[in-house]
Amino acid sequence: MDRCVGFSALAPAASAKITANVKRETSQLGGMSAEQGQRQIRCLVAKVGLDGHDRGAHVIARALRDAGFEVIYSGLHRSPDEVVQAAVQEDVDVLGISILSGAHNTLVPKIMDGLAEYDASDDTLVLVGGIIPDDDTDRLREAGVAEIFGPGASMDEMIDYIRENAPERR
Amino acid sequence: MTSGDSDSVSEPTDGLDPLIADLLDGKHRALARTITKIENRSPGYRDLVSQLHAHTGDADVIGITGSPGAGKSTLVDKLAATYREAGLTVGVIAIDPASPFTGGAVLGDRIRMASNVGDMDVFFRSMSARGTLGGLSTATTDAVKALDAFGKDKVIVETVGAGQNEVDIVRTADTVVVLVPPGSGDDVQMLKAGILEIADLFVVNKADLEGSDRTVSELREMLQLRDGDVEAGGHHGFAETTVDVDSERAGESGDAAVDPPDADPWDPPIVETVADRGEGIDDLIAAMDDHRTHLVESGQLESKARTRYAEEIRTLLREDTRELLAAEIDARGGLDEHVDAVLRRETDPYAVAEAILEPLADCVTDRRERD
Repeated sequence: MDRCVGFSALAPAASAKITANVKRETSQLGGMSAEQGQRQIRCLVAKVGLDGHDRGAHVIARALRDAGFEVIYSGLHRSPDEVVQAAVQEDVDVLGISILSGAHNTLVPKIMDGLAEYDASDDTLVLVGGIIPDDDTDRLREAGVAEIFGPGASMDEMIDYIRENAPERR
Repeated sequence: MTSGDSDSVSEPTDGLDPLIADLLDGKHRALARTITKIENRSPGYRDLVSQLHAHTGDADVIGITGSPGAGKSTLVDKLAATYREAGLTVGVIAIDPASPFTGGAVLGDRIRMASNVGDMDVFFRSMSARGTLGGLSTATTDAVKALDAFGKDKVIVETVGAGQNEVDIVRTADTVVVLVPPGSGDDVQMLKAGILEIADLFVVNKADLEGSDRTVSELREMLQLRDGDVEAGGHHGFAETTVDVDSERAGESGDAAVDPPDADPWDPPIVETVADRGEGIDDLIAAMDDHRTHLVESGQLESKARTRYAEEIRTLLREDTRELLAAEIDARGGLDEHVDAVLRRETDPYAVAEAILEPLADCVTDRRERD
């Protein structure tokens, strides 16, 4: 997974209301480009498979919104193909998959393969949330999942992780 | 073109940016990334859009607007599905509001796109109204160009129709559809805020709900009132009793505001739909096709495009001039001294603005005379 150090195309004075994260990155880099650009982190929060528990996904979508990200919510009962289609078309930086049904070992690799098919796996940060047994985490990481947030993970922890690891785009 | 973007804007091989070459080649990822660059105004995005322009002009652009919950996304979903059945490809840009405080947004229109899942020939893209540099309308226009150049037959722009910004977006469309849900207030609501002026077509969605008949008849009444004004004369029954007042008023407004009457004016039809059950979609498509035919036959399609491009050039120029001025002010040490002088009542804002602009204006005059 491509780990980024900072963003390249930033407004010199990213207007305060737009994303504190951009401002922070600007000051870290002390850099700016001649042409003005604004980096906005886009996330897809996806519910995949037959699992109908979406309270957690809603809470996370809202928290990410409040952190200044653009959040696309997939809706319930999506197939891996649909999630891939959404992630590719929306060109999201972060794909958060919420699974509480235990089908992660089947569904997540399918999504990862789909992303690879569209050359999207290298620069999409894939996160998994939900009930994932410890024994399965290695397999998911091998499939290309960057991080797994289980029960008890704090929202701030996740938001900081995304800010630090959102992939630098070509 | 500056640092940070060296990969995608590296030396073009045949004069075309590799990203654009991929886009024209039909790669979805390239299309998605181009729209991201347009949205972010990444370095070099202007070159990308310039290269796109030559490949545009083939798509029908449809704008759909209406209050939250009117059923826009559901209608767009059904429209896209119907177009797909007819073998046409579809691009959708759905714009949702962004928080003015954090800049964050939840873009939820995608959830309604149930009829087109797994169909990559419907390219659906959510955008947030970031309300930043240059305005949203520029980004939308450019994103429409990307979809057009990609080869989409129909491009649908969907947005909540409230406020100037969004009316501007909708103006990028050839055909503007306004959704009115039943029971959306009395006829005074319909007098408000530009809704009647921008619509080429009205859709009363959720037509199975109580009150939809009333909404349709109120809309119709409003449209007739508008026609009455333009046509400057009472030929509709009741008007005869008030001929004097009517014709006087109509004469005034007719002279001042109304252009020479169109040879073939367009009367916005009202279509009733129940989007979630797919009822009335065919009627809507037929009405939109009628409008398209009308635009072509009356020559308005071209004149609309002319107006749109002129407006686009003006918008870009405004942006550029603003940047030019900002650079000039920076180069001259900022505004602080001037502001101090204004505070001390030694000068005033108008004089300062004139003084800063004067050398620029001189330059322009010189150049113009030399050429």
